[in-house]
Amino acid sequence: MAREFDVAVVGGGLVGGAIAYGLARLGRRTALLDEGDIAYRASRGNFGLVWVQGKGLGLAPYGNWTQRAARLAPELARSLLQETGIDVSLEQPGGLHVCLSEAEMDSRVATLTRLVEQPGFERYAFEVLDRAALAARLPGIGPGVVGATYCALDGHVNPLRLLRALHAAFVKLGGEYLPLHKAQRIERRNGRFVVSAGTGEIGAAQVVLTAGLGNAVLGPPLGLRAMVRPQRGQVIVLERVRRFLAYPMATIRQTDEGTVLIGDSQDESGFNESLSTSISATQAERALRIFPGLRDARVNRTWAALRVMSPDGFPIYEQSASHPGAFLVTCHSGVTLAGAHAFDLAPRIVAGELGADMKPFSAERLNVQKAA
Amino acid sequence: MNLASSCDVAVVGAGAAGLAAATECARCGLATVVFDEQQAAGGQIYRAITTTPLKDRTVLGVDYWHGEGLVGEFARAGATHVPGSTVWAVTRSDDGFEIGVSHDGVARLVQAKQVILATGALERPFPIPGWTLPGVMTAGAAQLLLKTSGLVPEGRVVLAGTGPLLFLVAAQLARVGGRIDCLLDTTPRGQWRSAAAHAVDFLRSPYFAKGLSILRDARRAARIVGRVQQLEALGTDSLQRVRFVAGGRSEELPADLLLLHQGVVPNINLSNAIGCEHRWDDAQLAFVPVVDGWGASSVAGVTIAGDGAGIAGARAAEARGRLAGLHAAHALGKLEAAARDRAAAAAQAELARFTRGRAFVDAMYRPAEALRIPSGETIVCRCEEITAQQVIDTVKLGCTGPNQMKSFLRCGMGPCQGRLCGLTVTELIARERNVPPGEVGHYRLRFPVKPITLGELAALPQTEEAVKAVVRIGKAH
Amino acid sequence: MFRRLPDGQATVPVTIDGRPFTARAGDSVAATLFAAGVSACRTTPVSGAARGPFCMMGVCFDCLVTIDGRPNQQGCLVAVADGMRIERQSGARIAADTPLGQS
Repeated sequence: MAREFDVAVVGGGLVGGAIAYGLARLGRRTALLDEGDIAYRASRGNFGLVWVQGKGLGLAPYGNWTQRAARLAPELARSLLQETGIDVSLEQPGGLHVCLSEAEMDSRVATLTRLVEQPGFERYAFEVLDRAALAARLPGIGPGVVGATYCALDGHVNPLRLLRALHAAFVKLGGEYLPLHKAQRIERRNGRFVVSAGTGEIGAAQVVLTAGLGNAVLGPPLGLRAMVRPQRGQVIVLERVRRFLAYPMATIRQTDEGTVLIGDSQDESGFNESLSTSISATQAERALRIFPGLRDARVNRTWAALRVMSPDGFPIYEQSASHPGAFLVTCHSGVTLAGAHAFDLAPRIVAGELGADMKPFSAERLNVQKAA
Repeated sequence: MNLASSCDVAVVGAGAAGLAAATECARCGLATVVFDEQQAAGGQIYRAITTTPLKDRTVLGVDYWHGEGLVGEFARAGATHVPGSTVWAVTRSDDGFEIGVSHDGVARLVQAKQVILATGALERPFPIPGWTLPGVMTAGAAQLLLKTSGLVPEGRVVLAGTGPLLFLVAAQLARVGGRIDCLLDTTPRGQWRSAAAHAVDFLRSPYFAKGLSILRDARRAARIVGRVQQLEALGTDSLQRVRFVAGGRSEELPADLLLLHQGVVPNINLSNAIGCEHRWDDAQLAFVPVVDGWGASSVAGVTIAGDGAGIAGARAAEARGRLAGLHAAHALGKLEAAARDRAAAAAQAELARFTRGRAFVDAMYRPAEALRIPSGETIVCRCEEITAQQVIDTVKLGCTGPNQMKSFLRCGMGPCQGRLCGLTVTELIARERNVPPGEVGHYRLRFPVKPITLGELAALPQTEEAVKAVVRIGKAH
Repeated sequence: MFRRLPDGQATVPVTIDGRPFTARAGDSVAATLFAAGVSACRTTPVSGAARGPFCMMGVCFDCLVTIDGRPNQQGCLVAVADGMRIERQSGARIAADTPLGQS
């Protein structure tokens, strides 16, 4: 005997959490399905950046969507605080991408220039800071730093608290959170979707797949192509340090609690969550070149998590042609895009139609790329 | 310290198990290195055995001084001992394992073909209101201050808890003229009944006679209050009073020092981070690694010996250490199976002798649930200052296990890496969800299992793949 | 809180918060603090609560002190040395080479 909902969101990470929250706000009876305590969970491995600069090279709409999300972030933070009392510590002071060689610097400036000049891209300004200009903003910057690019639209948030707040707000608004309900199979029966999960079944008029790497298995029977692969990212977490870093950087940020996070790495090693000491060493050495003063700070832990990566690195937002009412969402920037997912994407799902402006994000583009 | 970059066997821990294991390995001709955090060999049970100021052997007792022979034997066996070294990682490599170890402020990677973990035990968390106040410490801590530095508690001293070590500490303090105001025995009422099933083994074991004499000395030292059910440490910036409830009556004692103890549990952070399989042991109320008779874990090449494989005391640890050493020697081709089995016979007999009677001790001194699983504002995670109520509320929100709990509340994210909160969090969640602790599981640990500095990490070798993974010129993000 | 059983061991001069103290050779910094009558060695970065050594065996991380200018050393694992500067610490560490209190 299935339990009935308007929407079943399959996957309780930052993507599913934000969408489910958005749906609950719109009054939809929503179930949010999640696995148990040990799972791949990309959302536990998030750096916490709400990052705009650099996004969208090769797909201008992604750069625009990201900017929209960054603009919606304060409203998301406010709503969550109001509904749950949880402060997700969103700060958007602008962010820095630091370069440690002239080659890095030249490449970075060229990349950003090409990016904002793309047809259809909503241009934003970015500053190119040489060493002196950067040191004026960030005393303590190391002698090996050559410069940085700064974008006023960048920021950061506490990603774990964001996830917790989304879950709490979702439940408060009447949503049903179902942990230990790993979806095994989804099929259409009698005009509705039936999700076999946990020890029973969940029925819903619509289903949204936000199961990260699990989408690859759940999608195809519903006419949804997932084409995602795991990409390992490692992060170093330092103990609490008295506040010294006012701006988030692409690879170093200081959290509201005072801890310092150092990322980020990208390597393709399959479903491998084990840690490479060598990658940690490389990250550490670069971080010390940026802030030599962190030399004696202690590494409390390091972790590796698997990003959910599409072939071109851009999100996939897809609605099923063969199974109307089934949607698939995958991205690796669940934190940055949370505001857009909650306030812009959720209404489209309620309307049953993603809209023409979301076409560039459909998996169609990947077939085109493959053919090209 | 001139540290070789590779060895046959790396032993982590220089306590009873580690010393015995390393001795066997070295005697079989294996290049053996023992890493240990302390400045001298002996682990915790034989701590300071080569340096203790307590030269009168009746104070610490004959069980302690047994360690002297063990340390001496190790010193002559030909293994390398690296004191003051902290192992923070053990990862697989082509030839076996890569050990990340920090010594004198420098991190190094040492290759080893086999690894023997002898990380011992630590005291079970004792989360009562006020347990984080200065002036509150474990009974083991006070014992260590006595052993290593000849420091004796003075002023108003209260001991509280259950288990043989509590009574041993009381006896040892009494022997040096330490004054104990009160010993609050939290052993639950009627527990001897469930222990009685194992009484015969206990009576036949070496623990019986020892136990009697320790209890006798302890009783002479202090007023003992039995059946204590509730306990609180009170004070503003430091301990000032201890409040307890026994037999339905509440009482308050002024106090300067409160020594807590309710048993010891295996130190599993390293075995957990390596990926060894663990199981919940309900008799010991702890997670223990899954090992065979030799100590071989679920990870090939990693053997676990001593209390770190399950609490059984120092002599059992020594026996298991020998078995682990012989196993490693056999695995590396230095000892034929038949020779290994012959050499193992004595250790196996010792092991049987010293594990007999443990079931009684486990049952008799099983800590009360109310003192293992706190409520309300009592701090569960000392490092991040997370309370029991916060954990309970988060379970009600749908959080099913300690790893999700960690990411929701930060509990377990501090420098102790869950050593002082892991079991409490697991049991709290288990009780809230009404499932067994084994089903809830434990924090999943990652390297480094002990903090190292960013500078140390930065000085380690970087492979080409690693650099490519981190430095991405030409990529937009 | 603790008294010393005399044993004729050599002494080591150290300072605790700038004040000279005669430590016992071989003692850990944490033991030395207890011998000097100091039971709280730090305040926490989370709430500023006072803490002192709890386990004396390197697992609790409550015995953190600043030794010779380096913060967050586990006092129970470090042996005293001639002229060692031991300081109690408050809150989180300061990143070296950066101005204090930058917000």
